[in-house]
Amino acid sequence: MASTVNTVTRSNDGSVSLAQPANGLALEASGLNCYYGDFRAVKEVDLEIKKHAITALIGPSGCGKSTVLRAFNRMNDLIPVARAEGEVLLHGANIYAPGVDPVEVRRRIGMVFQRPNPFPKSIYENVAWGAKINGFKGSKEDMDQLVESSLRSAAIWDEVKDKLDESGYSLSGGQQQRLCIARTIAVRPEIILMDEPASALDPISTLRIEELIQDLKKNYTIVIVTHNMQQAARASDFTAFFNMDSDRAGYLVEYDDTQTIFTSPANELTEQYITGRFG
Amino acid sequence: MAREYFDNELDKLKSAVLVMGSEIEENLVLVAGALIARNTAVAERLIAADLVINKQRIDVVMNSLTLIATQQPMAKDMRFIAAVIEIAGELERMHDYVKGIAKTSLEIGQAGTLLPSFAEDFPRMAAFASDMLSRSMVAFSENNAALARSIPKWDDHVDYLFNRLYVDIVEYAGSAPGLIAHANQLEWTIHNMERAADRVINVCEWVVYMATGEYQEFDSEYEAPPAIDRSNVGE
Repeated sequence: MASTVNTVTRSNDGSVSLAQPANGLALEASGLNCYYGDFRAVKEVDLEIKKHAITALIGPSGCGKSTVLRAFNRMNDLIPVARAEGEVLLHGANIYAPGVDPVEVRRRIGMVFQRPNPFPKSIYENVAWGAKINGFKGSKEDMDQLVESSLRSAAIWDEVKDKLDESGYSLSGGQQQRLCIARTIAVRPEIILMDEPASALDPISTLRIEELIQDLKKNYTIVIVTHNMQQAARASDFTAFFNMDSDRAGYLVEYDDTQTIFTSPANELTEQYITGRFG
Repeated sequence: MAREYFDNELDKLKSAVLVMGSEIEENLVLVAGALIARNTAVAERLIAADLVINKQRIDVVMNSLTLIATQQPMAKDMRFIAAVIEIAGELERMHDYVKGIAKTSLEIGQAGTLLPSFAEDFPRMAAFASDMLSRSMVAFSENNAALARSIPKWDDHVDYLFNRLYVDIVEYAGSAPGLIAHANQLEWTIHNMERAADRVINVCEWVVYMATGEYQEFDSEYEAPPAIDRSNVGE
């Protein structure tokens, strides 16, 4: 896919410029297969992630939805036996093409994990860290501004503005997760992947995260894996339902706008899953 | 089995709607018979029955809302519950028409004679409306969109009888002094029966939605009475 790789150009400040997507898509997976050693965990996934929308990946345990999510920013590369076949196009450029730096991919496609994982550092440093390791060259004032805007975007500024020097661990679970989202935002990604971002949180914190995700889609594209179907129904614009096939490989069963999936799904398996009569 | 409790509760909702439907099927025919036979006892019983139907409707709606709040219904379950709430409302309104006819029947009382064509055609209107309702309840019970789609055309028969009676009643009103009030009562009864049949079409629309996920509006608009040639109406 040399021709598509060539559309990625790197400027002196390390940022990557790309042609604006003409098709309104942030990511396009085609023929995506993910392996752990000889085991094929995900097979033949074709999925288009719309820009500035929230796409939920749902499905039973083992259906490959988290593997697909991690394939979207090459996070699976960190597992020695993992490999991917097929394409994941970011603005038309395959992120798996030779020569593409996975670290750069992960900067542009950030990830928020199931359990909040702040660093054992101050709230301020948690947010500033990502920008620093990505070559942030601004002044102290610029960094202060970046930290504040990131914390504001993550809807946690008002709760932490008077204690930026305190440890990230001093915050509640829900606050920690929003801090981690602020840390992700500080790197200025285009896409934010979220792997069950609220499953470790209480219901109120969960709703705050969902509200936050709705705000974030104005500026970012969100892909969220969730076990909570009500969360997918509440918080997403599009829903992809995955299932495990008889060969234990996960595959995409149905993908549509969320309203259709939860009111009139086309596939009987989807119907069974979302009505709780699966298996 | 997964969701056994929920499935049982959905079955209860279905049964409650079918009970309402079967009572109204019967009462549509009974009220026409009571009017023709001047049977005030039956008319009074049907007026009282309306309170029961109203309560059944409220129970169905409240139980549906409880399931929405506690069971998070999705897809076909959600469509079923939405249809149940709407259909229960249509049935309740249908029985309001039964009650309206029963009240008019009491106002007419046992005196006088009815138009011969009214005595013949009004029970036929009721039979068509009741039969349409019966079929719609089968379609609801079987989740059968094809059957639901086949029912609205029967409303043409009801509309035909309505139009014919309307003209007869207007002519009757003009045939002699002092008949206006009585003719007006008769017009109200045919109007109520015609509307009851229209409500069945709404039921069919919700059955189609429940079964397919697509809401399809059938032609169920109120049938405007035919134009009357006033030159034939006596002064």
